[in-house]
Amino acid sequence: MRVPVQLVLGAALFALFLGAALLSLVWTPFPVTDLDIAAKLAPPGGGHLLGTDHLGRDMLSMLMAGARTSIAVALVAVGIGILLGVPLGLAAAARRGSLLDEVIMRGNDLIFAFPSLVIAILITAVFGPSALNAILAIGIFNIPVFARVARGAALTVWPREFILAARVAGKGAALISAEHILPNIANLLVVQGTIQFSMGVLAEAGLSYVGLGAQPPTPSWGRMLADAQTFFYGYPRLAILPGLCIVLTVLGLNLMGDGLRDLLDPRLRRNVR
Amino acid sequence: MIALEGVSVGIGGAPILRDVSLALEAGRILGLVGESGSGKSMTALSVIRLLPQGAALGGRVLLEGRELTALSERQMCAVRGAEVGMIFQEPMTALNPVQCIGDQVAETLLVHGAAGRSEAASIARERLGRVGLSPDRFPLGRYPHELSGGQRQRVCIALAVALRPKLLIADEPTTALDVTTQAQILSLIRELVREEGMACLFITHDLAVVAEMADEVAVMKAGEVVEHGATAGLLREMRHPYTRALFEASRHRPERAVRETGTPLLEVREAVRDYPLRRSRLFGPRPSFRAVDGVSLTLARGESLGLVGESGCGKSTLTRAILGLEALQGGEIRLDGAEVAPGMPAELRRRMQVVFQDPYGSFNPRHRVGRILSEPFHLTGRPEDAEARIAEVLRDVGLRAEDAEKFPHEFSGGQRQRIAIARALITRPELIVLDEAVSALDVSIRAQILDLLADLQARFGLSYLFISHDLTVVRAITDRVLVMRAGKIVEAGPTEAVFSAPEHAYTRELLAAAPVLPAA
Amino acid sequence: MVHYAATRLVSLALSLIAASLVIFAVVEVIPGDPAAYMLGLNASPEAVEALRRDLGLTGGLVERYLSWAGGMLRGDFGTSYTYRVPVAELVVQRLGVSLPLALYALALSTLIALPIGMLAAARRGRAVDYGIMGVTQLGIAVPNFWFAMLLVVLLAITWQVFPAGGFPGWDAGVGPALRALTLPAVALALPQASILARVMRSALIDTLGQDYIRTARAKGLSEGQAIRNHGVRNALIPVLTIIGLQFSFLLAGAIIIEKVFFLPGLGLLIFQGITQRDLVVVESVVMLLVFAVIVVTFLVDLAYAAVDPRLRHGR
Repeated sequence: MRVPVQLVLGAALFALFLGAALLSLVWTPFPVTDLDIAAKLAPPGGGHLLGTDHLGRDMLSMLMAGARTSIAVALVAVGIGILLGVPLGLAAAARRGSLLDEVIMRGNDLIFAFPSLVIAILITAVFGPSALNAILAIGIFNIPVFARVARGAALTVWPREFILAARVAGKGAALISAEHILPNIANLLVVQGTIQFSMGVLAEAGLSYVGLGAQPPTPSWGRMLADAQTFFYGYPRLAILPGLCIVLTVLGLNLMGDGLRDLLDPRLRRNVR
Repeated sequence: MIALEGVSVGIGGAPILRDVSLALEAGRILGLVGESGSGKSMTALSVIRLLPQGAALGGRVLLEGRELTALSERQMCAVRGAEVGMIFQEPMTALNPVQCIGDQVAETLLVHGAAGRSEAASIARERLGRVGLSPDRFPLGRYPHELSGGQRQRVCIALAVALRPKLLIADEPTTALDVTTQAQILSLIRELVREEGMACLFITHDLAVVAEMADEVAVMKAGEVVEHGATAGLLREMRHPYTRALFEASRHRPERAVRETGTPLLEVREAVRDYPLRRSRLFGPRPSFRAVDGVSLTLARGESLGLVGESGCGKSTLTRAILGLEALQGGEIRLDGAEVAPGMPAELRRRMQVVFQDPYGSFNPRHRVGRILSEPFHLTGRPEDAEARIAEVLRDVGLRAEDAEKFPHEFSGGQRQRIAIARALITRPELIVLDEAVSALDVSIRAQILDLLADLQARFGLSYLFISHDLTVVRAITDRVLVMRAGKIVEAGPTEAVFSAPEHAYTRELLAAAPVLPAA
Repeated sequence: MVHYAATRLVSLALSLIAASLVIFAVVEVIPGDPAAYMLGLNASPEAVEALRRDLGLTGGLVERYLSWAGGMLRGDFGTSYTYRVPVAELVVQRLGVSLPLALYALALSTLIALPIGMLAAARRGRAVDYGIMGVTQLGIAVPNFWFAMLLVVLLAITWQVFPAGGFPGWDAGVGPALRALTLPAVALALPQASILARVMRSALIDTLGQDYIRTARAKGLSEGQAIRNHGVRNALIPVLTIIGLQFSFLLAGAIIIEKVFFLPGLGLLIFQGITQRDLVVVESVVMLLVFAVIVVTFLVDLAYAAVDPRLRHGR
């Protein structure tokens, strides 16, 4: 099987940022909490490879730690979506047309009416801002996404004859969902997972930018952008660097998703032609 | 007037068609017959030049002396629909679901600039009337989803012949239809060809259909025409061995040792199955549809019982109830005296297994054959000699023990159906429900599977409930037959008696509609 | 059609009720005493009691919910604690910025995306297609507020084609108002247009494999004609779904973009509400946003029926 170019390219891009995030757990060039007002807005090169920000913090260290925040938030949010959404979707599909199905789907529609930002606003208004907000807000929004994908895909598998054969073999809906449905829809879930991952990175940046996400001193690309806004004209690097990090991470994840889809689903590959 | 001269098609270097030469005359039907993969559809597509991307076309196609193969794509568009019309196999998907039928027929006229908008509509009305969709019952504003499969195929025919083309290509136009609908569509095509003086290239896998429809027959095998001639003569003489083999397989009847015991194994009494429908009004009562309406039947031990009926007659619903997958709303089903219902004990389920139609959809594509075959062990607990039992059933159905290591996609359609039979055998059941089990197979493979089924029945004393829409097959393999229509059994009796002297009007209609091969 | 519209309308009403219950529960029930929460820790018991009376927080939960929901139905959203004016007044004023912005962006995104998607599908596998796919891939990855910042530096500060921020108000005339909204709308539209163009492309390519396209080709339609006459309308069904979903992203996105351009829209109002713990404002604006999303979902459902006769006939 030929590995699609996008997959290699995307995985390489993403690996770069994942590596930086993991490395930041044990080492950054400078501590991200170190304020060095004397060295504020230092240009790249010299002591600081990518310069310093308006409070004299090392940009490279901030970007590495920001990658950690972005990836962690998006990853946990995808996890919430998969762990809660997929079983709901599978249950709805197994009992298609039943009250359970109706309740799950209407519940999904209801959550869809609350964009992540609105959920974050509600949580922040009541509990105050924190990084956990971003995770919860994005994670809750992911639940109906995965529930719908899982239900839709499962519904195309249920009528197939091997499911009937499993029922004739006396297997119940839960066992059939686990043994026959899930493996046959896993492709789609993996692809959707990378898409939601990339959307999570974008959403986290947006929430942090408006102050509903990670709070100081936790570094975050979105907040770096918010901080840089006033200095943008004079020091464009402060805004361009975190922005590029977001773009490249999201791009890498999206390319990976496209590549995975081509690799895992020959039907879709034929359409792309 | 239409001639194919040495037409060849290759895709990626692999030859699909080799040196196909055919000639068609106005007002006559050329039947092109062959099994799947023989290249018959590819021949049609090379005439109308709608081959898949990457296909290389060689040879010449002449329409009244004009070389179609030399035309540009733009010139070819002017030929398609105007001089050559085509209808396809799947009427359910062949029409645009979001456009009304009048517009779809009128489009043929509009795209060729043959009529203005209002004139096109009135011609469309006339052509739809000609194919049997009278404007008072089927106004132009109807959408495809409001029509049945047969009616949709009529719309397809109307839009294909709207400009009275010189050639009509029909690619398996009735394969997806019920036998009575098939008979109507076939006679419509025949009439149109005669009246309008079109030539017709009629493609089918069914020798009996060809025998009834075609003036001339060409038999295709592996991309080549192996025999070609006037229908009656060709079927009488059958010079090529492949033609003879095809003919033999089409009317194959396995040798069966009748071993009925008379003791009932499966009993269905007054079974009723309702389906809830969508509410027609927001808060109105929920209507329901009675799919199975008071059906009673008895299957004796060692017997083969046929159940025939057209699509929508309720036979699939009845099958699911008999398998204990869905509950009845009335009546009862008993297997050897024990009640069959969704909650029935595993031991009872073990005694009744099933083989489905689709050799491609019957298996989880991610499981190996060994795992597929051991799935029914869920009912019995995995025995200690599971591996040996798997090897044994594989050999029983004519496969090898090593095949357990392979994935289903590594097998041909016929081999997959053998795997499906092996899966049904592994719990050592007494009754096997065969749900259209040979309907998707080519005739030669079908003959082999029928032989296998007869052999297994004799060896293991199995009882078969054989559900099919195909009268020929039911006649070949069953002892008794039930005819089902609109949820009810309308006729029951010994197979030969029912087929030779049908009593119910519907049975007679079915038998009259079914195309038959002339005796050799 | 009437039956279909009626069912969708009932589901619209049920969604609104469910959403209002959720919002009410989160804002008024979970914090315990909203009045105490709004005033903070150092408030005197008398002040809290007074605010409680002001906010109508004296009755039981059911009573409070009914009076809140009933008030909204009459257009009474309560009184802002910080601004001391009816929230309805504030919201209507701010909506005059946010709603036009979201609609402007939606129009831009749809008008750009659909033709581009169709072009890519028609030229699939060729250079144009690869170019469009590449650009849209990048477009999806760009955060709209960052793109907005770049636009400001380039078009507003360096070349001074558009204002860098602020909003003159509709009183200043439609021209200047639209000019002020153009950069924000472009920034909002870019990622959405990229997604929509890709959806349009793949939906069209999906329809190309359908049997009815083959039927159309057999009638004598060229590939382009078959796509235009039969592919596009069928491809619109998935595209409509995405347009509906996008509206909610655009509204949310508008709130973020307003911060970049200092636009006096709902976003600014809600962030002030959060910092000042003005729960009445937050609650009302959130309800309004959710209301907008649910109404758009309803409109998309109606649009489905316009495109797909199978829905009109209640199947």
